[in-house]
Amino acid sequence: MPDHSLTVRVGGDSAAGGIVTTGEIFARIAAYAGLEVYTTRTIPAEIKGGHVMFQARIAPTEVWSQGDDLDMLVAFDQESVERYAALIRPGGILVYNANDSQAPTLENVTAYALPLNDLAKNINFQRGRNIIMIGALVKLFDLPRAVATAVIEKQLGRRKDLLEQNLLAFKTGYDYVEQHITATAPYRLQPRAGAEKEERLVVSGNQALAMGAIAAGCRFFAGYPITPASDIMEFLAAELPRVGGTMIQAEDEMAALAMVLGASYGGLRAMTATSGPGLALMQELLAHATMTEIPAVIVDVQRAGPSTGMPTKVTQGDLRMSVFGANDDAPRIVLAPVSVEDNFYQIINAFNLAEKYQVPVIFLSDQDMSVRVQTIPAFDLSRVQLEPRLLWDPNSGEKFQRYKDTPSGVSPMSLPGMKGGQYVAEGLEHNAEGAPNYDLQQRTINMEKRARKVRLAVQEVERLKLYERFGDDHAEIGIIGWGSTIGPVREAVEQARAEGIPVAVLYPKMLYPLSHSLIEEFIARRKAILVPELNYVGQLARMIQAEFWREVISFRQFGGIPFRTRDIFDEIKRVHASLHPARRQAPARQKTTPRRRVRR
Amino acid sequence: MVMTLEQPRFTYEPVNLSPSDYKSDVPPVWCPGCGDYGVLASFIKAIAELHIPREQLTIVSGIGCSSRFPAFVEAYGIHGTHGRALPIATGLKMARPDLIVVTVGGDGDAFSIGMGHLPHAIRRNIDITYIVMDNEIYGLTKGQPSPTSPIGIEKKASPYGTLDRPINPLQLALAAGATWVGRGFSSKPKELTELIKAAIQHKGFSFLQVISPCVTFYDTYDQFKAITKPLPAEHDPRDRASALKYAMDTQNFYLGLFYQEEGTTFDEGYAALRARVATPNYGVREIMNKYRR
Repeated sequence: MPDHSLTVRVGGDSAAGGIVTTGEIFARIAAYAGLEVYTTRTIPAEIKGGHVMFQARIAPTEVWSQGDDLDMLVAFDQESVERYAALIRPGGILVYNANDSQAPTLENVTAYALPLNDLAKNINFQRGRNIIMIGALVKLFDLPRAVATAVIEKQLGRRKDLLEQNLLAFKTGYDYVEQHITATAPYRLQPRAGAEKEERLVVSGNQALAMGAIAAGCRFFAGYPITPASDIMEFLAAELPRVGGTMIQAEDEMAALAMVLGASYGGLRAMTATSGPGLALMQELLAHATMTEIPAVIVDVQRAGPSTGMPTKVTQGDLRMSVFGANDDAPRIVLAPVSVEDNFYQIINAFNLAEKYQVPVIFLSDQDMSVRVQTIPAFDLSRVQLEPRLLWDPNSGEKFQRYKDTPSGVSPMSLPGMKGGQYVAEGLEHNAEGAPNYDLQQRTINMEKRARKVRLAVQEVERLKLYERFGDDHAEIGIIGWGSTIGPVREAVEQARAEGIPVAVLYPKMLYPLSHSLIEEFIARRKAILVPELNYVGQLARMIQAEFWREVISFRQFGGIPFRTRDIFDEIKRVHASLHPARRQAPARQKTTPRRRVRR
Repeated sequence: MVMTLEQPRFTYEPVNLSPSDYKSDVPPVWCPGCGDYGVLASFIKAIAELHIPREQLTIVSGIGCSSRFPAFVEAYGIHGTHGRALPIATGLKMARPDLIVVTVGGDGDAFSIGMGHLPHAIRRNIDITYIVMDNEIYGLTKGQPSPTSPIGIEKKASPYGTLDRPINPLQLALAAGATWVGRGFSSKPKELTELIKAAIQHKGFSFLQVISPCVTFYDTYDQFKAITKPLPAEHDPRDRASALKYAMDTQNFYLGLFYQEEGTTFDEGYAALRARVATPNYGVREIMNKYRR
C-alpha cells in the first residue's frame, strides 16, 4: 500500500468533450514523471452528452486501488460539484470552473476558482478547456513541466496546427494557477529515486490482454463490437496483420465464435472477445467446441446486466454463465485474471490450456480492469512459454482416430492437409473415428473423456500458480475472492493488520475447475471465510458452498462500481467482532454469527 | 453445359481417384429416394473429376438432414451447429487459404436460422462454395414449413396453411451481390456435377441452390420435373439483371449458371493488406515498447 498517495477526480459533461482525455493525459504525465498511477472512470453509455468521471490515484509506490476519498476534485461543471464535493476528504481541495459552477460552502475544503471558459476565450481556443485544466493540475501537483509538455506533444502531436494551440492552453492553465491560486503547489509527490528509469508500461487491461494474446501466438481473432471489449478487437485489427495474423469483424457474436472454431480446426490459435450479452449468444457454439474438442479462447469483459443493463459499469455476474452455461454438461475451463498486468500473463495460460486440453477456455475480465489505465512493470517476455496442441503423426503407421479414448482424455488431432487424417469434427455424439454414434457404451466413454480432460486440468493450478495468496497464513479470517476486487482487498487487509486483525487471502484464477486441494487446505484453517463479489447472489460463494460444504460469508455489491477499500475493511472488522464479541456488552441478544450468509 | 470463365486454379497436386474413393465408411442415413443421395453422388463425382486430394478438402455443415453430408465423404469436415456453417467455413478458409472449403446445408439452415450469415459471406466474397439442398421443408424435425415453402402449405405446424411468402434464394443471393449463382436439381445428376465443379472452381463465394425433394414430408419430384428447364442460350451469365429476370420467372424454373463475375476474394484481400502492413522484426516486444512511459 502506498505510504502517501493522492487521489484526484475530474468530472464534467461529455458533451463538452475531453474529460477522460484530461484525466488520461494527466495520468500519463504523472507516470512519465516516475510516479505510479491507477485510474478509473465512469462514462455514460451515450456517445455525446451525459456525465463523465475520471479518477487517478497517484503515488511514489505501487497503487492497488482507486482510492476511497478525494484529495482533489476538479469540477468542469455544477453537476460535478454537486455529485462529488462530499467525497473530498477533510483538508482537500476543490478546483471548479468559475464560469460554470459555484463552490458550495464546505468545511475544511479549500476551493479554487478557475475561470475556465474565460481563459479559453482569451486564447481563442474554446475546445482547449481540458488542456488548460491539465496545465492547472500540473502546477497544483507540482509535476515537472518539461515532462508534461513532452507528453502533450506525444499524445496530441499528430495535428501540428493544433499542437501549438494546445501548448498555449497548457501554459495558460499553468500560469493562471501560479499567479492567482497559489505560488507553491499544495501537493507534492516525489518519485522514488531512479523510478523514472524503471521499465514501466502505461496500459489498460484490454491492451495488456491483447498484447498477451499476440505473445501467446494468437494469430486469428474474430469479434463483434461490444462495450467494454471492443478495444481488444481494435487493438488486434491494427496489430494482428502486422505479425501475419488475421482479424475479422464478424456479423454477430455467434459468427465470431464460429469463425474462431473454424480457424482453430485449421490449426491456428484463435480467440474472440465479448461481454456478457455476447457470451450468452455464444453458448451453443461453446458446447459445440466442448463436443468437437476444438481449442478456443473466449474473453468476456464483464459489464453490469442483465440485458443491456449498465454497459459502462462493472460486474462479476457472468461466473455462473461461464461455468454452467450451455446445454447439458459441457465442461470447459474458466480463468479470471486479477489485475491489468495479470491480463497479459493469464491470457497466455488461457491459450496454453485451450490447446493442451482441446477445450474452450472462458477468460473472465471485467469492465473495471479492462478500461483502467495503469502503470505496471514491463512484461517479462522470458516468462512466455507456448505449449503446443497434441498433433497426430501422419507417419505413425496407425489408423487415425480423432476421438480415441486416452488416459488423459486428450487425443491427438490432425489438421486439414494431413494425408490420412481426415475426420469430421462431429457435433453429434460420435465414436472414436468421429462418426455419429449414440450407443450407451460410447456415450459413457465420451462423456467421461470430455469431463476427465477438464478435471485433470486442475493440475495446472500448482504448475502455473493459478492463484494469488497473501496476508497472514495463520489468520482465522480468510478471504476468497476473484478478479479485479483484489486491489481494495489487498489494501483493506493491510489496514486490518495494522489494527491487529490478521487476514489470509486466496484468489484462485482458475474458477473452473476449482482446485480442491488448494481451497480445502485454505478453508480448513479458518474460522470464517469471507467471499467479496460484485454480483447480487454471490456466485463464487455459492459455488464454494456447493463444492466444499462449507458455509461462507458472502459479501456482495452490485451497483456497478468497484469495492471501496473501506467497504472491505469494515466487513473484515465486522467479521472479526462476530468472532470475538466484546465481553462487557449485554450478552443476551448478541448475535455471534455473521449477518450476511448465503442461505443453504 | 455450364460455362466457366477460367481454368481450374488450385495448387494442389492432382490425384487420380475414382468417385468411390471419396465415399467414407459411414452409410448415409437419408430416407430412400431422398434428393440428397443424388447431390452426394454428383458431388463425389465432381471432386473426383477435379482430382482434389481428399485431405485438401473440408466440408462444413450446419444442422438438418442435408447437413449430415460431411460424414459421408472421405475428407475433412465439421458438422457444426444449426445455421453457423458459413462463419465456421469463413474462419477456416481465412486460417487456411490453401484448402478447398465447401459448405453444405438445407433451406432451414441457410435461410432461417443461418440467414444472418449469408449476406455477409456474400459481401466478403470469401472463396468458399455453398451448396444449399433445398427441399422446401424441415425434414429432420418431421415436416414443418420452411422459409422456401410455398404460401398456404398445410403441415403439422401450419394446419390451416402458411401465411408467409417464400424466399427466392437466387434473387436473394443476386441482390446481395454474390459473384457466382447457380441452380441445380438432384434429379439432373450430369448437369449438377458440372455445376458443382464450376462452383468449386469459381474464385470467390459461389452460391448453388439444389432442388433436393423430401420424399417423406414434401414430395415435389413430379412438380419440379414438370417445370424445370435449362437457362436459355441467350442468357449471359455476366449480366446480373438478366440473371435476376430468370431467377424471378414464376412460369419457368430455370437451372444452370445464372451469374458469375470475377472479384477480389476476402482471403486475397486480407493477404494483400497483410503484405502492405507487415513489418520485419516486429513482434510483441515492439508492440509493448509503444506503451513504455
